[in-house]
Amino acid sequence: MAKHIRVSGKLNRSYGGNLIIFIMLVLVGLFMGLPLFYNIVSAFKQPSELFIFPPRFYVSDPTLSNFTQLFQLATNLTVPFNRYLFNSIFVSIASTALCVLIGALAAYPFAKKDFPGKKMLWNLIMMTLLFSGGVTSLPSYIVKAKLGLINTYWVLILPSIASTLQMFLMRQFMLQIPDSLLEAARIDGASEFKTFLTIVMPNVKPAWLTVMVLAFTGIWNTGSNGVIFEESLKLLPSALSQISAGGIARTGVTAAATLLLMIPPILAFVVTQSKMLQTMAHSGIKE
Amino acid sequence: MENALTRNKKLYKKPLWKRMWNARTSYVMIGPFMLFFLVFTVIPVVAAIALSFTDFNMLQSPNFVGLENYKSLFLNDDVFMIAVKNTLIFAFITGPLSYIACFVFAWFINELPGKLRAVMTLVFYAPSISGSAYVIWNYIFYGDRYGVVNGILMRLGILDTPIQWLTDPDYMMMTCIIVQLWLSLGTSFLAFMAGFKTVDEDLYEAGAIDGIKNRFQEVWYLTLPQMKPQLLFGAVMQIASSFAVGAVPMALNGFPSTDYATHTIITHIHDYGNVRYELGYACAISTVLLLLMLITNKVINRVLRED
Repeated sequence: MAKHIRVSGKLNRSYGGNLIIFIMLVLVGLFMGLPLFYNIVSAFKQPSELFIFPPRFYVSDPTLSNFTQLFQLATNLTVPFNRYLFNSIFVSIASTALCVLIGALAAYPFAKKDFPGKKMLWNLIMMTLLFSGGVTSLPSYIVKAKLGLINTYWVLILPSIASTLQMFLMRQFMLQIPDSLLEAARIDGASEFKTFLTIVMPNVKPAWLTVMVLAFTGIWNTGSNGVIFEESLKLLPSALSQISAGGIARTGVTAAATLLLMIPPILAFVVTQSKMLQTMAHSGIKE
Repeated sequence: MENALTRNKKLYKKPLWKRMWNARTSYVMIGPFMLFFLVFTVIPVVAAIALSFTDFNMLQSPNFVGLENYKSLFLNDDVFMIAVKNTLIFAFITGPLSYIACFVFAWFINELPGKLRAVMTLVFYAPSISGSAYVIWNYIFYGDRYGVVNGILMRLGILDTPIQWLTDPDYMMMTCIIVQLWLSLGTSFLAFMAGFKTVDEDLYEAGAIDGIKNRFQEVWYLTLPQMKPQLLFGAVMQIASSFAVGAVPMALNGFPSTDYATHTIITHIHDYGNVRYELGYACAISTVLLLLMLITNKVINRVLRED
């Protein structure tokens, strides 16, 4: 039998290999992390430090003035700042809840039931996974306009319900629920809906937690540009981008606004990281 | 015996309406989703294809113009050709590069011990969920010496005068590709991370006995074949995002960009749809982009499934 190198208890690992991986991770990690870090640092810089040569990745005299300036500018808007915050939170929560509920309800039959037309519908859904990148934004704007949804909360909430990616992830996760479990519920006389609520949903908790985070992040980041023109219905990103549109003079304020907007999605990911990875393990497309 | 049974079952299958009636709960369950899916995904695609044969402009009712839009698109629209070229450059550089990066860094990070692994996963994944945080690159590539890149290069004496990274056509494509790559470790990256975690440790033990000598062989002979489903899923996700480049160049290079240096199919759609309101024409552009994506997906699926 060949000799195998074990480094820190793992098979086939060499110190040289570990070193290469370490160097690569540090270099690319810096590329990934430094821009966001630079933004965080900039949010606490005074103008004199923002425009300095050479640029600094640290702050020697931290200040909260960018944040206070941001809130001052926000209170001077025609619509109170709280309104934008409320809009963002309301729309994010409503669409996340509906997305999970309606998506999970549809994912269950696609994973565990047989019905005429299932294969055809599923192939259609899989094909549209490709179109998630906003490719159809123009025609869907026309549809939204025709339905009279422009300038209402619905234009933000309803389209996110039909997210194929989220439904797909839940369906893949449900595939691995043992049939015997569902069979047992049926023998006990539970209806399909009761089985869904008491057996399926608790068993796919990682999946719908993941979908919640993805749906929330999606709607939180997308904002309301292009579909909401009524100031009092706009979302936070649109409001903040108006504030930071003041150009170079508002560099620090923009950094502060970007930092505040970044926090919820990142926090949501940190809290659910292990559950998300658990879900993604089932994301594969099998024949 | 079993064969005869299943054949019998097929022969005496219940009529369609009866099977549909028996499955009625399933239809009720998928109903709401399918409704929204139909309205916000299927109808827009069908409408785009249909409107691409018209002169629709949002004000007057559309007239059928046949292939007129496609004719002028391919024969008279020089800017469209630039957009196609740029989109393909983006897709064929950022697509494969980000796909490989997703895999390689998922692999490397998976080699790390627990706590550090979670931290590095966050560092690599954070840019893709930070929304419009990529506007920070505006300051990093800022055109005077206060820009981060110019500042550092001038400090080191590599540059004498600052480079207009975001408005000089010689550099715009490169800077956009860098930012696009920075943003691209998203869903596929997570899927690959998860894929690495699910491979059975016993497989590696067995592999070692069979003569696997280093971690590269381990990944090539043991992990990759196991992860094929995730790799297929990741391919779909990366194609979807690498053909849809548009928001980043518009935010960094402005619209329209200098000499159309980073004009893409998406920004071309934006130009005709949201600026000029020539919706029939814009829909023809959308249709071409959809076709490009479908063809690429077919080709890549074939490649990934074969070996």
